[in-house]
Amino acid sequence: MSLIYQLFFGILMVCCFLCLYRIGRGPSAPDRTVAIDILGTVVVGLCALLAIITGKDFYMNIAIAWALLSFIGTIALAKHLEGRGFDE
Amino acid sequence: MSEIVGMVIIAIGVVFDFFGCVGLVRFPDIYNRLQAATKCVTLGTCFILLGALITCGSAPTATKAALCAIFILLTSPTAAHALARGAHLSGVKLWEKSVVDKYEDDKKH
Amino acid sequence: MRRLVLFIIAFIAWFLLVWPFDTLTNHLRWQSVIAGLVVALLTTIIFGEVRPRVPRQGIIKRCLWAICYLPVLFWYCLLANLDVVYRVLHPEMPIKPGIVKVKTSLSTASAITALCNSITLTPGTLTVDLTEDGYLYIHWINVRATDIEKASRIIVSRFERILRRIFE
Repeated sequence: MSLIYQLFFGILMVCCFLCLYRIGRGPSAPDRTVAIDILGTVVVGLCALLAIITGKDFYMNIAIAWALLSFIGTIALAKHLEGRGFDE
Repeated sequence: MSEIVGMVIIAIGVVFDFFGCVGLVRFPDIYNRLQAATKCVTLGTCFILLGALITCGSAPTATKAALCAIFILLTSPTAAHALARGAHLSGVKLWEKSVVDKYEDDKKH
Repeated sequence: MRRLVLFIIAFIAWFLLVWPFDTLTNHLRWQSVIAGLVVALLTTIIFGEVRPRVPRQGIIKRCLWAICYLPVLFWYCLLANLDVVYRVLHPEMPIKPGIVKVKTSLSTASAITALCNSITLTPGTLTVDLTEDGYLYIHWINVRATDIEKASRIIVSRFERILRRIFE
């Protein structure tokens, strides 16, 4: 049972490395920003899997905090790409 | 029983996540990547959280998973929209084989 | 009235996030509840003005339509994912991308927000920008029609009917 969960964990790690590849290679700044956004969402899934595997409750708190911070960071980066202030 | 159902749902979510990330690497320009990655990774992560909700017996974890899934489902399209607009306004061109770009035409006038 | 609703929503969110029950003895932890009340009150004072306008009449009917809308959205979401998987796995990548312009007849801000998010989650489309007079710019991964009328019929009309019943 836990072997299958570890397989899932491995697949999600591969996803994270694909995102990191795009962050490193991406020819322009928006490409990197997209990859950072997607990496944040994948890590939320990773935290949920960790909460199941270890049976510890606090990983879900990490997942929620990560989702909130990732969203705010992405919006701030998008506004920066537009070349405007954050409060418009 | 609930463990097997949860595992199947998590498996679907992980597979969608994986194909979303493959799309992120494989597609040619930022807008196509954003499409593939946003759709697949949003639904994939929501499926993983749903599986966590079904598998975890304890109430606090389940409610947190449900809240997190709702939050991701609401915010991820908004982030994608902001990123696409920011990329276009910062001057990233579409792929050279693109058919039409009405936005660029309207910005010139 | 509006602030009271916001206060209740904030307190319920706090309650679900913190879950102030002791797992061993099943007692309510009063200090968590009091902290939640304080936090919800501060949130209400600071963000009381920001809440969007929601129409008053027929709220039950709107909720029922919203519940009907969820399976439709979920179905299109699943179709979108299978569509993306097909395009990713196909060796020649059958994509024909472009940005088209469509017209929507929805007018309230919350309805247009819901429409944009629905469009982003459905097969092959991604909202890029919107104008003041109801036009949306949409990135389409497989362009089938470039003129406004036809593209609007393909992309927007399947959500418009049900969203108008929910938000307007």
